[in-house]
Amino acid sequence: MLSYLVHRVLIMIPTLIAISIVIFTIINLPPGDYFSTYIAELQSSGEAADLAKIAFLKAQYGFDRPLWQQYLFWVGGLLHGDMGYSFAYNLPVNQVVGDRLLLTFIVSFTTILFTYVVAFPIGVYSATHQYSWTDHALTLLGFLGLATPSFLLALVLLYFANVYLGISIGGLMDPQYVDRPWSFGKALSVAAHLWIPVIVIGTAGTASMIRRLRANLLDELQKQYVVTARAKGLHPLKLLFKYPLRMALNPFISDIGSLLPHVISGAAIVSVVMSLPTTGPMLLDALRSQDMYLAGSFLMFMAFLTVIGVFVSDIALAVLDPRIRLQAGRRQ
Amino acid sequence: MTDLLFAGDSPRDRADVSSAKPADPLPHYISDSPFDPYSVESMTPAQERFYLASEWRMVWWKLRRHRIAVLSGAVLLTLYVSILFCEFLAPYELDARNTDFIYAPPQRVRIFDNGRLVWPFVYGYDYRLDMNNLERLYTPNPDKRQPIRFFCHSSKYRFWGLFEGDLHLLCPTPGGQLFLAGTDRLGRDLLSRIIYGARISLTIGLLGVAVSFTLGVLIGGIAGYYGGWTDILVQRGIEVIQSFPHLPLWMALSAILPVSWSPILVYIGITLILGMIEWTHLARAVRSKLLALREEDFCTAAVLMGARPARIIGRHLLPSFMSHLIASATLMIPGMILGETALSFLGLGLRPPMTSWGVLLNEAQNINVVALYPWLMLPVAFVIVTVLAFNFFGDGLRDAADPYH
Repeated sequence: MLSYLVHRVLIMIPTLIAISIVIFTIINLPPGDYFSTYIAELQSSGEAADLAKIAFLKAQYGFDRPLWQQYLFWVGGLLHGDMGYSFAYNLPVNQVVGDRLLLTFIVSFTTILFTYVVAFPIGVYSATHQYSWTDHALTLLGFLGLATPSFLLALVLLYFANVYLGISIGGLMDPQYVDRPWSFGKALSVAAHLWIPVIVIGTAGTASMIRRLRANLLDELQKQYVVTARAKGLHPLKLLFKYPLRMALNPFISDIGSLLPHVISGAAIVSVVMSLPTTGPMLLDALRSQDMYLAGSFLMFMAFLTVIGVFVSDIALAVLDPRIRLQAGRRQ
Repeated sequence: MTDLLFAGDSPRDRADVSSAKPADPLPHYISDSPFDPYSVESMTPAQERFYLASEWRMVWWKLRRHRIAVLSGAVLLTLYVSILFCEFLAPYELDARNTDFIYAPPQRVRIFDNGRLVWPFVYGYDYRLDMNNLERLYTPNPDKRQPIRFFCHSSKYRFWGLFEGDLHLLCPTPGGQLFLAGTDRLGRDLLSRIIYGARISLTIGLLGVAVSFTLGVLIGGIAGYYGGWTDILVQRGIEVIQSFPHLPLWMALSAILPVSWSPILVYIGITLILGMIEWTHLARAVRSKLLALREEDFCTAAVLMGARPARIIGRHLLPSFMSHLIASATLMIPGMILGETALSFLGLGLRPPMTSWGVLLNEAQNINVVALYPWLMLPVAFVIVTVLAFNFFGDGLRDAADPYH
């Protein structure tokens, strides 16, 4: 187990380095940088740019140095927890991102929870009642969930929630709570607003998880040990929960890794539509205005989260499933 | 053996045998009828058709039994054939503006008039501007009966930008209107725009998959065949790409595309971006299959005969699971269509004058649309149908891909 753990951690390091190189390349690909766009914008509106300040910032963040030095500078900062400086907000990235990260985290976490809670019973039911009408209906519903663009679902749900339930449009809380310290009322308001983005973001993930769980459980249900247990007269429910379900659960755990990028992706677009104060709209703006430290550091942070997520799910899987643990040990 | 002993069971032979006395040894007998050692294995033509069917034929047989998949396939075929004839199918041209009919709701096709079945027609609109809340009000006017014409000559277009034409499947009555899906903020007929948008939306998925397919087979093939360091390197690379949230990565990449690019370049760029990320799943599948298959005897035989790796992979290894690859590629298309829709919706993908379903949905970006002009969301119905059809078809194909099962 320990060797597996060490092996797994060692793999993460080159992965993260590669990711950081890719991100740095991407944010540096567009011609020009934030400052050149900024100066051009100011000049076109006839204002004088504060060239001294810009020159200072450029020197401060090493824009005059070769790219590889800029990269090392950026990564070095990241290692110290310094995510750079957002030029558009005139604030360190940490401060820009801070509050939004918490909300992003809340939304993502609730979505994953929602996915599990919904997918689990439906998947089990579909598998145990294969080809029944409910199964067909649920399958169709799942496919529909996969096929509907989330942003439109968000709009429609938002509209109906407003018309029938009187929930304020946009945002993650009622307007009077914005920029207020956390209180019980604020938390309640967030909870009332949270369900729409959670449903919208979670739909696609839930649908695919239902399908996977159903397929896995169906495979298990046909195996001989199930037939034996049934022949011996074990109670159907006990049989289901004690053996095949435990086998079919692996994807539930290994999916945390692949679910996380999905949730973050979904959250990015849905929050743009619903103008949630999460990180999606910020990233979009940052990409558009070439606010490279904000965009880059934030992308890096999301990738980091995902890598950690995969790592955690791998560990959990190894703990739960001795086959994986032992195989990985043998491979070395 | 049985054939040899009893083959000559003719009356003459039997007479010979019965005339001999019981004690006498039987005369040495050789049948002169033609001998076919494979006669037991011979099959009727019907059996032959079944047992000797090629793999693809069996895939087709199995797929045919999957009713939903066949239906979805038919829907897809219709959609893809229709993009060849957009100009003919659309009642209006892509950019034809009807400035008197801005945000006009869809017209209902009526076939009953006073309880009698008649030629399909629509009611023309009476327009009034509500000065209190500046709302455009369109009321169908039963006095303005406008029969729909079929296979008719109306506005001119250039078919594929090459030939002049003016034949349409549906056209409005001369002087009348035909907005079966309503109009947008510039008074453009939405149905026509959806039909034209299909050209972009549907091809972008196909081209994207073509890119992923090539990359996936190439990279996965190399990793699986050579193994060792190449394999480890490719595996890590795939892990890196997969650990990115797709949409932000797509957003970042498409933000790179210069604004000055022509629409066609942007289209190609978006296709490449969509294709560049999705290949990893295919590459993984190809790799794991190849790792197992390269140990097979037929592969060793090919190596011994001096075949080069490219030929072994392409000619001997890939065909043995090509049907699986195609099935998984089919299942990748819906993701790309949705990806394009999302990107264009955010304004990072295709931009007008390019018209795709995502670009059309870009107009449905705020909540007013849901409240006031819900028909602007209609393109999403086409997105859903297409994606559903691809999913069902791909599922059926995946089940059929292993016909020996």
